[in-house]
Amino acid sequence: MSDRMIEVADLRISFSSAEVVKGVAFEVARGETFGIVGESGSGKSTVLRAMSGLNESWDGRILFNGEAVPKRRSREFFRKVQMVFQDPFGSLHPRQTIDRILSEILLVNRIGEIDRRINKALSDVALPQTARFRYPHQLSGGQRQRVAIARALIAEPKVLLLDEPTSALDVSVQAEVLNLLADLREEHGLTYVMVSHNLAVISHLCARVGVMQNGLMVEQTSVEDLRAGNVSHPHTQELRRLSVELEDVPAEPSSVSQAKPGA
Amino acid sequence: MLTTFRTWALDDTPTSRRQAAWGRRYRIWLALRRNPLAMIGLVIVVFFGGLAILAPLLAPWDPAAQDLAHRLARPSAAHWLGTDELGRDILSRILYGGRVTLGMVISIVIVVAPVGLVVGCVAGYFGGWIDTVLMRVTDVFLSFPRLILALALVAALHPGVESAIVAIALTAWPPYARIARAETLTVRSSDFIAACRLAGASPRRVVFRHIMPLCVPSVIVRVTLDMSSIIITAASLGFLGMGAQPPSPEWGAMLAIAKRFMLQEWWVALSPAMAILLVSLAFNFLGDGLRDVLDPKQN
Amino acid sequence: MLVDIQNLRIAFTSRGKRFEAVRGISLTLGREKLGIVGESGSGKSLTARALMKLLPKTAQVSADTLRYDDVDVLKASERQMRRIRGGRVGFVLQDPKYSLNPVKTIGSQIDEAWREHKRGSARQAKQATLDLLDQVLIRDPKKVYASYPHEVSGGMGQRAMIAMALAPNPELLIADEPTSALDATVQAEILRLINDLVEKRGMGLILISHDLPLVSHFCDRVCVMYSGQIMEEMAASDLMNARHPYTRGLLNCMPSLMHPRDRLPVLAREDIWLEETAR
Repeated sequence: MSDRMIEVADLRISFSSAEVVKGVAFEVARGETFGIVGESGSGKSTVLRAMSGLNESWDGRILFNGEAVPKRRSREFFRKVQMVFQDPFGSLHPRQTIDRILSEILLVNRIGEIDRRINKALSDVALPQTARFRYPHQLSGGQRQRVAIARALIAEPKVLLLDEPTSALDVSVQAEVLNLLADLREEHGLTYVMVSHNLAVISHLCARVGVMQNGLMVEQTSVEDLRAGNVSHPHTQELRRLSVELEDVPAEPSSVSQAKPGA
Repeated sequence: MLTTFRTWALDDTPTSRRQAAWGRRYRIWLALRRNPLAMIGLVIVVFFGGLAILAPLLAPWDPAAQDLAHRLARPSAAHWLGTDELGRDILSRILYGGRVTLGMVISIVIVVAPVGLVVGCVAGYFGGWIDTVLMRVTDVFLSFPRLILALALVAALHPGVESAIVAIALTAWPPYARIARAETLTVRSSDFIAACRLAGASPRRVVFRHIMPLCVPSVIVRVTLDMSSIIITAASLGFLGMGAQPPSPEWGAMLAIAKRFMLQEWWVALSPAMAILLVSLAFNFLGDGLRDVLDPKQN
Repeated sequence: MLVDIQNLRIAFTSRGKRFEAVRGISLTLGREKLGIVGESGSGKSLTARALMKLLPKTAQVSADTLRYDDVDVLKASERQMRRIRGGRVGFVLQDPKYSLNPVKTIGSQIDEAWREHKRGSARQAKQATLDLLDQVLIRDPKKVYASYPHEVSGGMGQRAMIAMALAPNPELLIADEPTSALDATVQAEILRLINDLVEKRGMGLILISHDLPLVSHFCDRVCVMYSGQIMEEMAASDLMNARHPYTRGLLNCMPSLMHPRDRLPVLAREDIWLEETAR
């Protein structure tokens, strides 16, 4: 067993003659969280979908745990690598109960003890057992994203691919989900690859970041260097500047603030 | 009993798969019940269905019994809807005719809806050459007017109820395939289908377990709306002498014979015409109501 | 005063149950930049829509006062409201993809908005449109004029939307999440553009968003909404001194690039926030 959980080398992906990912390479160590940041159209989600096995037309090499994976993945692969999607409203089957959604991977792989595993998965993501037989539309956005995470975890994978897991959520719910992801990483010894457009979110969860622009990973850096401003590529610098500008709230000490009583 | 079912089904935190499923069904029923037109449609459909099933008990006369002395009699206490050209009781013939006409329609739907559903879902999900082949075949069937194609098929076989069922079924499935395909295309690239694929589910499992259930509501709606047109096609075949053969009392065939006396003995034509009209209309009302309730975009 | 809202309430009835989505909101607006911030479901968009009488018929709206300038919105006829909407008030919505007509060129849509209220010739309209596209800093106005919405990028589409909103020369601009569908780099440009245009023309601005820091950068005043009520209203520059625990909680639970934390504090919602306070 190597220390390298994921290795991606010279990954190229084209959609009808247009190359959208032009030779991306990175490595992720076991238990590490790697962030990919970029704007829409930079190819960041496309990279993730090729890694997950959803997109079967790519060139290059993708290795999990030292083994190169084929374009068409085996069923066993999906027990090791799972994905969480951006939109909690679109990633749960609208006509299936949470119970049915969670049990799919167990049924497909003939994994037993469905009841126990579902109950454990629900408690892992801090959802009440009463949610088990409800339908997705009866849950809030944050609860749905918890279901999506529970589904990804239920077959005890080693790697979780996170595609903008919090960008459709309110900030207060985002905080809960980010904390949950951090806890789960600890408990289950998971390796994450997380895609986001939000540098603050990425830096919160990840140790290393790859910046993508126009299908290229233009820079890889540690979060410390990013924070300190030790970055070389202009796009990284610009994303950093925008993120810092927003955080730095105008803070002039002043008097008039009418808070509602009850504060 | 009913109230316990009600509280059990409407429980916000069901504790079993069965309870969750019944809760969903019961909520759909409650929504449908709020639509008066749909309820009228449902009542009429159930009413005619009941009449057809209970025909042997309800019919005052043998539908084939001729009484030439009383041919073309006006409605009276003995013959509520009058008699036809051979003195047969029209009420009894309508009741028994319901069995033939509705039976035909139901057998057609049972054959047609699943075929259309499978063809459409498979074409939509797999795309590529499978889609091209299946959809071109669908187009071929769709490009003929339904009645003409059915007529040709019945003529090639032999006139009768069975041939009419086969003929109409062969011409009726393409719209279902189209609907199922369109519905499949909208969900096939969705994240929840991607998640099923990431569970390792085979394409077959994805289509049959995850996509098809989503297409069923649209197909059910289309079926109920299509019912009237199937009834009318079946009746038209009967009218043209290509469907049920005399003396079998089929509504369309009854109407066909009655056209000869339409101006003098109007009641002979009125009853089968009304039966066809009412049932078609009722299915349309019901279909409209179901469309509102089952709309997949709703929840 | 452009807008005067006192004790606005919006309720919906679904399956026999009445649900109050906006519960007694009061706010006023002059020619200034007001930010309304809140999470999804807080009632921020409903409030703006109620002001323009754009709510569906099922909404039950009541208020002690709901005025736009000299018009009593509650009593106003549909014709009066039409003159306000898209005439005296411009709208910019979240996603240009859904707000622009996909089968008409961008130019013709702005022309139409301009002619609806200015009643000029087609040539004048085209000139005005090109001028507007220039004002929203589109480099090649002629090209964008002849483009269809799907042919331009998200940022360009949003600029076109702003040009269209500005066409009748409105006194107030309502921007409902104008940049949440856009990339960070474009988002900053668009907000700066809205800011400059509003200041140059001396218009009022209502900026509706879920992003508290973003809003405070571009507005004079900020209203923080929660569950259909205004929790706190303050000068944008005072955001860091916000007093209400909800506002503080919202600011606190955001991850930060510059100030890393092991765990994010979670917003604890208190029932007392839900209680209505007599005003």
